[in-house]
Amino acid sequence: MAGADGDDSLYPIAVLIDELRNEDVQLRLNSIKKLSTIALALGVERTRTELLPFLTDTIYDEDEVLLALAEQLGNFTMLVGGPEYVHCLLPPLESLATVEETVVRDKAVESLRKISQEHSPVDLEVHFEPLVKRLASGDWFTSRTSACGLFSVCYPRVSSTVKAEIRQHFRTLCSDDTPMVRRAAASKLGEFAKVLELDYVKSDIISLFTALASDEQDSVRLLAVEACVSIATLLPQEDLETLVMPTLRQAAEDKSWRVRYMVADKFSELQKAVGPEITKNDLVPAFQNLLKDCEAEVRAAAANKVKEFCENLPEDNREQIIMTHILPCVKELVSDTNQHVKSALASVIMGLSTILGKDNTIEHLLPLFLAQLKDECPEVRLNIISNLDCVNEVIGIRQLSQSLLPAIVELAEDAKWRVRLAIIEYMPLLAGQLGVEFFDEKLNTLCMAWLIDHVYAIREAATCNLMKLVEKFGAEWAQNTIVPKVLGMANDPNYLHRMTTLFCINVIVHCCGYPYREITTKQMLPVVLKMSNDQVANVRFNVAKSLQKIGPVLDSNALQTEVKPVLEKLASDTDMDVKYFAQEAISVLALA
Amino acid sequence: MAGPGGDMQWCFSQVKGAIDDDVAEADIISTVEFNHTGELLATGDKGGRVVIFQQEIENKSQPQFRSEYNVYSTFQSHEPEFDYLKSLEIEEKINKIRWLPQKNAAQFLLSTNDKTIKLWKISERDKRPEGYNLKEEDGRYKDPNTITSLRVPVLIPMDLMVEASPRRVFANAHTYHINSISVNSDNETYLSADDLRINLWHLEITDRSFNIVDIKPANMEELTEVITAAEFHPHQCNTFVYSSSKGTIRLCDMRASALCDKHSKLFEEPEDPSNRSFFSEIISSISDVKFSHNGRYMMTRDYLSVKIWDLNMENRPVETYQVHEYLRSKLCSLYENDCIFDKFECCWNGNDSVVMTGSYNNFFRMFDRGHRRDVTLEASRENSKPMQVLKPRKVCAGGKRKKDEISVDSLDFNKKILHTAWHPQDNIIAVATTNNLYIFQDKVN
Repeated sequence: MAGADGDDSLYPIAVLIDELRNEDVQLRLNSIKKLSTIALALGVERTRTELLPFLTDTIYDEDEVLLALAEQLGNFTMLVGGPEYVHCLLPPLESLATVEETVVRDKAVESLRKISQEHSPVDLEVHFEPLVKRLASGDWFTSRTSACGLFSVCYPRVSSTVKAEIRQHFRTLCSDDTPMVRRAAASKLGEFAKVLELDYVKSDIISLFTALASDEQDSVRLLAVEACVSIATLLPQEDLETLVMPTLRQAAEDKSWRVRYMVADKFSELQKAVGPEITKNDLVPAFQNLLKDCEAEVRAAAANKVKEFCENLPEDNREQIIMTHILPCVKELVSDTNQHVKSALASVIMGLSTILGKDNTIEHLLPLFLAQLKDECPEVRLNIISNLDCVNEVIGIRQLSQSLLPAIVELAEDAKWRVRLAIIEYMPLLAGQLGVEFFDEKLNTLCMAWLIDHVYAIREAATCNLMKLVEKFGAEWAQNTIVPKVLGMANDPNYLHRMTTLFCINVIVHCCGYPYREITTKQMLPVVLKMSNDQVANVRFNVAKSLQKIGPVLDSNALQTEVKPVLEKLASDTDMDVKYFAQEAISVLALA
Repeated sequence: MAGPGGDMQWCFSQVKGAIDDDVAEADIISTVEFNHTGELLATGDKGGRVVIFQQEIENKSQPQFRSEYNVYSTFQSHEPEFDYLKSLEIEEKINKIRWLPQKNAAQFLLSTNDKTIKLWKISERDKRPEGYNLKEEDGRYKDPNTITSLRVPVLIPMDLMVEASPRRVFANAHTYHINSISVNSDNETYLSADDLRINLWHLEITDRSFNIVDIKPANMEELTEVITAAEFHPHQCNTFVYSSSKGTIRLCDMRASALCDKHSKLFEEPEDPSNRSFFSEIISSISDVKFSHNGRYMMTRDYLSVKIWDLNMENRPVETYQVHEYLRSKLCSLYENDCIFDKFECCWNGNDSVVMTGSYNNFFRMFDRGHRRDVTLEASRENSKPMQVLKPRKVCAGGKRKKDEISVDSLDFNKKILHTAWHPQDNIIAVATTNNLYIFQDKVN
C-alpha cells in the first residue's frame, strides 16, 4: 500500500511499529493502544500473517501492556478480515489466557468470549472449541482457570456430541487438583448452569454443586454459595427442596465463618431465588442464626441485610414474622459487643419503621433508635442520624428530637475531626426535617462554632454547610441569622477566622445572588473592602478573590467607585500573590 | 528408604561459594529452600541477594553422578533502607524464601527481610524481536525518506535468558521483625509473622492484609513471650501453627473466627524440674516449626533438641531427639558469647521418615524416626572430593576421648549450621555453612 513517494503517510505507522518494542513501557503501551491503526495500515492479510504471530509471542511484556493487548484483540475482528478470519485472533488470546496475572487472563477471556460470538457455528467447532479444550487440559492451572469462563459461550452453539464433551470437561475441572481451578469452576458454575438444558442442570450441575459446596477448601465452598443463587433461579419450585436446600442449609451452618459470611452477604439474593414458602420455613430460622452468629463479621453482614430481608418477606404474614422472629434478634444486636455489627445495624434499622408502621415503630423501634443514638461509638450514632428521613415519614422527627439533640451536640464536639466532619454533612438534612425554628434555637450555634474550628477541613465543610442552609432557608434567613455573625468574624484577631469570613461571603453571595444585591452592597461589600488593608497577605489576596466573585452581582457604580480603587491598590501590593489575584480579578471584572 | 545411620551413606556432591576463610558479611547465607519439585534451590544472604540453582538434566553417561545444581539466576531482592520515622536501619538480609506452587511456565517465590515481603517471578526467554522500520539492527537511524514499506518485527531464537522481576511488594504491615512467611494450601493467601503479630495476605493484593494473631500486650512492660515461627498446614487451608519463645506451639483454626487470638490447641511439654536452671527459658525457646509433608506431625527445634508432635496429642511430643546434649554443661559460656540465641532451623525428608537439623563446628544431625538411629555429619572443605563418603562424627562429652572423637572443648562455635533443606522427593540435601552451600546426596550403589 506504500507508494514510492508515500513516505509521509508511512512514517507515523513505522514509528508506532518500532515502538511496539521500545524500552519505555509507556511508549509500548501507547503503541499497543493504537494497534488498530497499525493493523489498518498493514491491511488484513499482513495483520494475519505478520502482526498476529508477533503479538502471540510478546507475552513477556509488562502486565499493563498485556492487559491493553488483550483488550484490543477483542475488537479486532474487522481488522483481520471479518468473521470469516476471526479465528486468527485465537492464538494470541490463547497465550494471554495463560499468563500468571489474573487481570490479564480475565481480560483475555473477556475478549475470547466477545469474539466467540463472531464465529460461525462451524468455525466455533473447528477453531474455538478445540482452543477451549486445549486450555481445559493445559499443564498449568492458569490455562485451566481461563477455560472455565469459556464453556458457557460455546455450549449453546455447538452440536450435541460437542456439548457432551464440554460438559465432561467442566466436570473434570470441578474436581481439579488445584484449588485455583476449582475456585474458577465454582465461580462459573451458575453461569454455565444457565446455558444448560434443564435435565442436565438436574443431573450434572447439582452433583457438581453439591461436591463444590462440600470441598475441603473454604475458599471453594464459599463460592458455591454464589452459584446457589443462579441454580435456585433455574430450577422449578418443587425441585428446590430436594436439590438445593440441603446444600444451602449446610452452608448456613458451615464450620468456617467465611462461608457463613458469604451466605449472610448473599441473603437477599438467596431469598428471592428460593421464593416465599422456603423463605418462611427455612430462611427465617437461618437468618436468626446468622444474626446470632459467634463471629462478628458474620453478624455484621447479616445485620446489613435486616431491612432488605424484612422487605422481601411475603406480605401476608410479614409483620408477624418480623415481630416474633427478627425483632428479638435485632434487639440483641443493638447492644452487641462489636461496634461494626452495631454500626451495620444502625445503617439499616431505621428502614424497618416504614415496614412496621407507626404504632409498632413507636412501641418497639423507637427505644432501639434512642439506645443507638446514645451508643458509645460515634459511627453508630452517625448512621442513625444519616437515616432519619425514613422515620420522619412514619412518625415524625419530633418523637426523636429530645434524644437527637444531645447526640448531635456530642458528635459536633467529638474529639475526632472526622466525626465532626461527618455530622456537618448531615446538618442540611437535619435542618430540613427539624424545621427552621428548631434549627435556630438549637443547632445554629453549633454551625457557627464549626466556622472557627481549629481544623481546616471542618471550617471548609462548615462554610459549605452554610451554603446549603441558605439554599434551604432562603436569603432573608441568611440576612438575619448568618450574615451578622459572619461579618462579626472579620475583626477576629486570628487571620484564619478572618479568612473564613471571606469564604462565607463567597458562598452566601453565590446563593443569594443578584436578587439580594442589597445585602451584598450594603452589608458585605464594605466589610470585604475594609479587609483589603489587612496586615496578612493571605487575607488580602482572598479579598481580591472574593471581589472577583462579588463583582458580577454589584451595579457598575459600586464596581467603578468602590471595587476598582481597592483592586488597583492590591495590584501594586508588595506581595506577589496579592498582586497576581488582584490583577486576575481586574481582568475578569473588566475593570482595566 | 534406609536410615542415615544404616545402609545409606551420604556423599559429597557440590560446594558453592568462596573458598577463602575471609568471610564477607554480605555473603553469609541466611536461608535455603528447595522448590516443590526440587528442580530449583534458592538461597538468600545477608546482602539481600537471592541465588537460584537449577538441577541439570540427568547425565546418562555417568549414572553415579546425579545431576548437579548450577546457578540459574541471581538477583538483588532487597536493598538496605532507612526508616526515617523511627530512625531505624532496615537490613537487606533475606530472612525467609518460600516458593509458590508452579502456576505456569514461570517460577514464583516470596522473599522477605525484616519488614517487606516481595513476590518474584523467574522466567525464561529464548526469543528476541528483530527488525525496525526506522533504524538498522545496530541502532543507526535510517533516512525516513527511504522507507517505502512497513516492516513488522519477527521473533528469532536467542540464547536462553533468565529474568527475575519483582511482581508485588507487600510492605508497611509489620512493626516488628518478620521471622516467617508461609503459603496457604489454597494457593491464594499466605501469612507473615513478626515478633508479636501474624498477618494474612492475598497474593494479588498488596495494599491490605488482615491481622489474624496479635499477642502484643496493652502495656509493653508486661511482655513475656514473642512469636518465633509460624507455618500453615500443608493441606488444611484453615489451620496454622505458631511457636513462642516460651517453648509452646499454638494451633489456630481460621474457620472459628476472623481473629485467631484464641488457639484451638496448645502444644506444651511440662518442664522437667530436675533440669531447671537459669537458662531453662532461653533454651526452651522454639527456633523453627515445620509440618510434616503428610500433615500429621510437626517438628519443633529448640536450642538443644528436636521434638516431633502428633497434631492429635498436645501434652507431650511423640519423639524427642537430642541434637547436642553435651552443650548442656556449656550453657554459661554459650550465653556469654550469645550463641545460646542462635536460631537453628530443621527439616523433614521427602517421606517424613528422617529429620535433619544443624549444630556447631559445621556439624549437622539426622534422626531416622523408624529406626531410632541418628548420625552426626560434617560439612567441610576437607571432605569435598566428588562422591566422597561422609564419615560420621562423634563428640566426646567427657571422660576419656576415644580415637576419632572430638572433644567438646575443641568445637568451633563460630562455625554453625543454621539452615538446611531436603529435596522434596530425593535424598539430596543442601546445608548452609557460614558462606558456603554444600550439597550432599545418598550414595547410589
